[in-house]
Amino acid sequence: MDASLLPQPVWRHPQFAQGLRDMTGTALGIGAWGLLTGIAMAKSDLAMPLAVLMSLVVFAGSAQLAVLPLMSGGAPLWLIWATALCVNLRFVVFSAGWRTYFGTLPRGQRLRIAYFAADLNYAMMMKRHPQPPPVAESVPYFWGGVALNWPAWQVPSLVGLWLGDHIPTQWGMGFAGTLALLGLVYSMLNDRATRIAAAVSGAAAVATVALPLKLNILVALAAAVAVGLVIDHRAAAPAHADKDLA
Amino acid sequence: MSWLEGLIAVLGLALITLLTRSLFLLPDRELPLPGWLQQGLRYVPLAALVAVVAPEIFSTQGRLIDTWRDARLPAALAATGWYFWRRGILGTIVVGTLVLLAFKLGLGW
Repeated sequence: MDASLLPQPVWRHPQFAQGLRDMTGTALGIGAWGLLTGIAMAKSDLAMPLAVLMSLVVFAGSAQLAVLPLMSGGAPLWLIWATALCVNLRFVVFSAGWRTYFGTLPRGQRLRIAYFAADLNYAMMMKRHPQPPPVAESVPYFWGGVALNWPAWQVPSLVGLWLGDHIPTQWGMGFAGTLALLGLVYSMLNDRATRIAAAVSGAAAVATVALPLKLNILVALAAAVAVGLVIDHRAAAPAHADKDLA
Repeated sequence: MSWLEGLIAVLGLALITLLTRSLFLLPDRELPLPGWLQQGLRYVPLAALVAVVAPEIFSTQGRLIDTWRDARLPAALAATGWYFWRRGILGTIVVGTLVLLAFKLGLGW
């Protein structure tokens, strides 16, 4: 389905406003995180136009923060790209989820959506629409979230780039971003299985934090999915659970 | 790093963002996903968020923190308390940040 086939412009659909509203709670935290990333770029020896370009086109905060020291230190290109790839691997898993929402759209639209599909967009979509609705609803919902999340990241990021050294980083303002995600995590704990999966993921991520390239995130994902599947399995077939798990 | 090399690096990074975010969304034909993986997907966003958040609270520079005199701990505790009292993310951020600043600037933690 092409956007032009929708009965009205995407931003006039009620789901657009819903998507935007759902992002308001986390926008402040995302902004603080963007500001921190902008400051980090300003303090690296990346030329200003390149830093602006990076903020606008890369749009992946944790990958940007991970590669900045490598770029400043003159690391080879392959190492810079390999690091970003590892930090971004969780998006590959998200993309399989996005397919259930947007798989029927033309490829050009899918690409546009994918570029803007950051962590929070996926979390919000899963929360608001656990079962994929028709694309006539999920598309405006998605763009409504992007309409707030993208500028909430980019504007502070560019401001941070511009202010650079004038903002004291030792105040730990980046922690506001962590707190936003923490609140979001709490809002997603809606049954025993998700609580246990979250606890396992957190414990695994902290226990393997010494792994390079943020691979601890992947370890935590694998552990949480495995535990979640076991819980689902036991709930589905309690009588056979012990035999099946053996 | 030369200007041109920096430009190539940044453009490559943009391509990596696009490729990782679109990998399973891009092909026109359905890629066969094993059933267990489809089912497990529902845990992924939550687990990914926790995996990002937990080390930000409990570790520094790739190591577990070894002191409880760390401003992030009371900040996270206060944020948690606020969330379960009021159920609002904005308040969670504000309260946690204020507690963090109080412990950092007030007590030097």
